[in-house]
Amino acid sequence: MSGLASEKSARSAVELTGVDKRFGDVHALAEIELTLDDGEFVSLIGPSGCGKSTLLRVVADLEQPTEGTVRVGGKPARQARLDQDYGIAFQQSGLLEWRTVAENVELPLHVHGVGKAERRARAAELLELVGLADFAGSRPGQLSGGMQQRVAIARALAPQPKLLLMDEPFGALDEMTRERMQAELLRIARESGAAVLFVTHSIPEAVVLSDRVVVMTPRPGRITEIVTGRRPGRADLEPDDVEDVRETAAFFTAVTAVREALRKGHG
Amino acid sequence: MGGRTRTVATTASAFALLVLLWELVKLVVPDDGVVVGGVRILPRTDDASMPHVSTVIAKLGQPEVAGAADARTVGAAVAQSALYTLGLALGGLVLGGVLGVVLALVMLRFRLAERAMLPYIVASQTVPLIAIAPLVAGWGGKIAIMGWAWQPWASVMVIASYLAFFPIAVGALRGLAGPSRASVELFTSLAAGWWTTLRRLRLPAAVPAIIPAVRLAAAAAVVGAIVAEISTGTRGGIGRLIIEYAQTATGDPSQLYAAILGAAVLGLVAAGLVSLVDLALWRYRGAIG
Amino acid sequence: MTGPSLATAAPRRGGGVLAPVALGVLVLVVWHVVVVAFAVPAFLLPTPLAIAQQFVAQFPVILSTSAVTGGNALVGLVAGFLIGLVLAVLAASSRLIAELTTPVVLAASAIPIVALAPVFTIMFGSTTEIARQLVVTVVVIVPVFVSSARGLRAVAPVHGDLMTSLAATPWQRARFVRLPGAVPYVLTGLRLAAPAAVIASVVAEYFGGLQNGLGSRITSAAANTAYARAWAFVVASIVLGLLFHLGGTLVERLVTRGRPA
Repeated sequence: MSGLASEKSARSAVELTGVDKRFGDVHALAEIELTLDDGEFVSLIGPSGCGKSTLLRVVADLEQPTEGTVRVGGKPARQARLDQDYGIAFQQSGLLEWRTVAENVELPLHVHGVGKAERRARAAELLELVGLADFAGSRPGQLSGGMQQRVAIARALAPQPKLLLMDEPFGALDEMTRERMQAELLRIARESGAAVLFVTHSIPEAVVLSDRVVVMTPRPGRITEIVTGRRPGRADLEPDDVEDVRETAAFFTAVTAVREALRKGHG
Repeated sequence: MGGRTRTVATTASAFALLVLLWELVKLVVPDDGVVVGGVRILPRTDDASMPHVSTVIAKLGQPEVAGAADARTVGAAVAQSALYTLGLALGGLVLGGVLGVVLALVMLRFRLAERAMLPYIVASQTVPLIAIAPLVAGWGGKIAIMGWAWQPWASVMVIASYLAFFPIAVGALRGLAGPSRASVELFTSLAAGWWTTLRRLRLPAAVPAIIPAVRLAAAAAVVGAIVAEISTGTRGGIGRLIIEYAQTATGDPSQLYAAILGAAVLGLVAAGLVSLVDLALWRYRGAIG
Repeated sequence: MTGPSLATAAPRRGGGVLAPVALGVLVLVVWHVVVVAFAVPAFLLPTPLAIAQQFVAQFPVILSTSAVTGGNALVGLVAGFLIGLVLAVLAASSRLIAELTTPVVLAASAIPIVALAPVFTIMFGSTTEIARQLVVTVVVIVPVFVSSARGLRAVAPVHGDLMTSLAATPWQRARFVRLPGAVPYVLTGLRLAAPAAVIASVVAEYFGGLQNGLGSRITSAAANTAYARAWAFVVASIVLGLLFHLGGTLVERLVTRGRPA
């Protein structure tokens, strides 16, 4: 029994056990237990200040937990970071304005000494994937917010990570662009096969993108409940199109479930 | 408190290191310096060119004119001259500063004035205005204003004020024009006139921009005063003292070095005074637009 | 307030060439009329026409002396730029170095550096331009150091996180983020230092030494009561200052084109 369990955890994209995080007097995270499987898309949702971004940063090893363990792809988080097992997209795209779009996408490869020809090829491939092949030579300043975020996603995918971490990447975008980006992201995630841990404020966004939606309480952040998402393209869920998913009854049920869970956490 | 002690300690160490560097150069570089292709790229380091720091300090206590019984000490001469120059520089700073603020107010009030004059004022900061010092000096003894004959020291103050005027005009305008539209509209909605808005909103908001301009202007006024003293031959100032000591410096330049040290201290004192004003205006430091 | 372009005093309103040009012409005309009408003596103010005539007449001399003064300014600008930049990089890499250099640079910005001219003349001899070039160098180091140090410090948090997520070494952080990010600031420092170099070069000439630059011509013309000629050399030094300012601005614009402010 235990052999099977440890085999499973060795396969998990992310595993958080008993994670607790304090910043001085501020208790940001409490008793977090969470596992992501390979290829799974999981959203973190909660009110402002609930620690969801902190949780993401802990997985990324940008912060270290005060207690508990974090394993990414079976390794400790720090090792996963050093081995470049994940890609991260921040709320601000964080593109370097002195590099072209293609050079920005190449950045992770450049930092790790990948040769120029290989870098170029991979960047071209990724820009094709996010639909920005025509803008390879442009500067970030010439692109709209949505396009910059797509570049940031392409950059995060450059080292072919098995895990993608995303911190409200669509937060600054208008609703229309946002919905378009959601469809793009789903396509990209499916094609690359990566697991995704996605932080968001928006209930519909969380439900439509994810296999599971993790609802958190206000500070100190705890996991209230995990609701099944309506991620399109999954074998057991119909229909396939993102637009259609948003109009199904099951979608509304899930959204209501998440809302209830958020309200419960608040009380 | 630990942080402040550390700052004091590192500041003291920094200057101690400079002294050490001086002595090290004296020790290591040959007495005649290093000449490459007719150009001396490393300095002469004998005592006649680079006196020991201790020699210069000691010189401060010695009489200006060796042997004369009632001659003042070098230290006293330097201090008195520096104070004289400080007075002229500050006078110029205040004069130029007031005029600069007045001009900024004019430019604030009349857009046409701003459009016409600002390019010249900005450009004037990039050109060596101090080049006219010898020409202003030429006014000495030749003109009279209402019966008062133009004194050399007046030329010094005019030059200092001229150099202080421009950075303050620019800084004042930027500061006074700084408050956001929303803040100005708030005052309009309170039926406040132009003058009230000026006093209660713009002037306090301008402090963070004016203080650095005043600092710049003070440094310019000090340099201007010193150079002007040299051009006009004004007695009593440190510029003149430096030239005098430079002429008698062959063989024992420590007096000259002492005078230059005095000029450096003068600059620091002027900057310190501006910082005191800055501290006194602490309330207005973080003024929001 | 944004970092690099803070020092450009862009008027918040206004712009346009007509008003300043009109003012300039007006001033010249009034000047000329006043001097002629009130018979203002030459030692006070010559007419603009007289100055222009002298400028043309003295043009060859103006060129050769400007070359000397400008040459000193250029040498000092390049030397001061390199030293200031190196110091800023050192200060950015070590807290101790930063703490030691900051008080020195702060003091240097307050003291009249040109007063060091006689000292350098004694140390390096009065038969070469080295002493003056050294004065210019020290003057230039201050704005270059201050600007560059600020640029090297200014790393956006998101870029810092990005480099951490890429497991970057300190050198990689410097190479990929800090150094390229500091370039606009470094060039602002250069733009500010360029005219300061000319000013220092001219002023250094007032402290004795070789008499082959613009500054010495101004003093000698004034001493010989050739006021219009003296003013012509003043105009030449103003032009030199503007040229350096333009050069500095051009370099800044060229290197940072394509980047947002």
